[in-house]
Amino acid sequence: MERYAPRARSDAYGRRINRAHSPLVALALPWLSILLGSLLPMFFIATALPLIPPTGFLTLLAWRLVRPGLLPVWAGAPLGLFDDLFSGQPLGSGVLLWSLTMIAIELLDRRLPWRSFAQDWIAATLSLLGYLLAAFLVSGATATAPALVALGPQALLSALLFPAAARLVATLDRLRLTRYRVTA
Amino acid sequence: MAPSAQRHAGFSKRAQYTLFTGYIAAGLGTLLGAILLGVSLWQPRFLSGLRGGAQDVVAPATGAAATARTESKGLISTIRGYLRAGSQNAALKREVEIARIRLKEAEAVRQENARLKALLAIRDGEVKPVAVARLVGSTAASTRRFAYLGAGSAQGVAVGMPVVSPRGVVGRILEVGRNSSRVLLILDSESVLPVRRSGDELVAFAEGRGDSLLRIKLINLGLNPLKLGDLFLTSGAGGYYRPGTAVAILTHKSADGGLARIVSDPAATDFVAVMPIFEPEAVEVADTPIERAVGETGERR
Repeated sequence: MERYAPRARSDAYGRRINRAHSPLVALALPWLSILLGSLLPMFFIATALPLIPPTGFLTLLAWRLVRPGLLPVWAGAPLGLFDDLFSGQPLGSGVLLWSLTMIAIELLDRRLPWRSFAQDWIAATLSLLGYLLAAFLVSGATATAPALVALGPQALLSALLFPAAARLVATLDRLRLTRYRVTA
Repeated sequence: MAPSAQRHAGFSKRAQYTLFTGYIAAGLGTLLGAILLGVSLWQPRFLSGLRGGAQDVVAPATGAAATARTESKGLISTIRGYLRAGSQNAALKREVEIARIRLKEAEAVRQENARLKALLAIRDGEVKPVAVARLVGSTAASTRRFAYLGAGSAQGVAVGMPVVSPRGVVGRILEVGRNSSRVLLILDSESVLPVRRSGDELVAFAEGRGDSLLRIKLINLGLNPLKLGDLFLTSGAGGYYRPGTAVAILTHKSADGGLARIVSDPAATDFVAVMPIFEPEAVEVADTPIERAVGETGERR
């Protein structure tokens, strides 16, 4: 018998017959990946300089810019609170700065609904620079000029890491909608 | 990517309300963040129990990562050692011979020291560390220089205790969880450490700059007597640190002191020891407000 439309049985997320998306994975994966991103800097060596990019914030930016509409506007507050538990910043700095970032990107979406990746990258870089500077100012430490200069390498590294984070998020987004066998 | 249709509620009342509630929630979140931030800047100990608990939860994972990290570092240095084995061996043999002679001399000095101290009836027992643990992680992304230690109140660690490595001072315990604690590294810009130059009694303060260097501030101003390469030790002032532990080496000179590089770089530190506070009474007195009496009547905090 001639097969009728062979591609209809499967798509990018796997085979379709007797399989369905998992709502749990689809909803939880973005949040989980951001929480893991917040934990990541702790595992690095005890550096003498702040050098590791703020991976939690970077993941949040990537999800928000690569896949708009998935994270609600208020997502910055709970995720920022979790980040505060591990980042060494005073409690509340993440809640405030992450919330402000989410609102700022929402306003950006209003202004420039259609954007290219380059524009997203610029938006992410500006957000990262603003975040690192604001986090430096509210860190509770005395703001000295040498410490400000020491932020340079971290800021550069964070900006350069955004495309990689965006690719990672795109991969996770595809993984998010994988179909699983329906047991019922 | 194009914005999703979620942002345009259209005529659906339900969608409009959802959108509106989202914005309200975001605004409230921002407000909450600002309040929390204000309170925790004003009272740094605010909700530190929450952070300590969170640290305890991830401590097993960070501990395992720290073990793997230090072991892989050891492997690399072993391989590097093979490449320069011959010339290094000869140099080390010469050095060991000299060191043996010096060790014998030091032993004699130590004996004489003990005899003189016995003569003066000064009693100083050996100080045992409260706990020995690994530095399991750090706040590598934040401006603040904190490290996490794999020992907490269950091992007897308390706030204020100095943390030293075999090379020198690392920092001071800031917050304690059950099985983990947070260490304020001396590189943090909130850290000030009273030091003296080795060899004489020149006293100074070593302040963290936040960029991996310490600023040495002399107490007596005038002609700057510092020389590059001077080693600074803890002076014991302030009551936290035992005197005579290495802190930093001067690398730049300035008008009123200089910049120094830390001896015990946290990145190269594996195991550290938590020592008891040198003079708890002095710390308590320094913490007591000027209006309160200190001594027999002053209650412990």
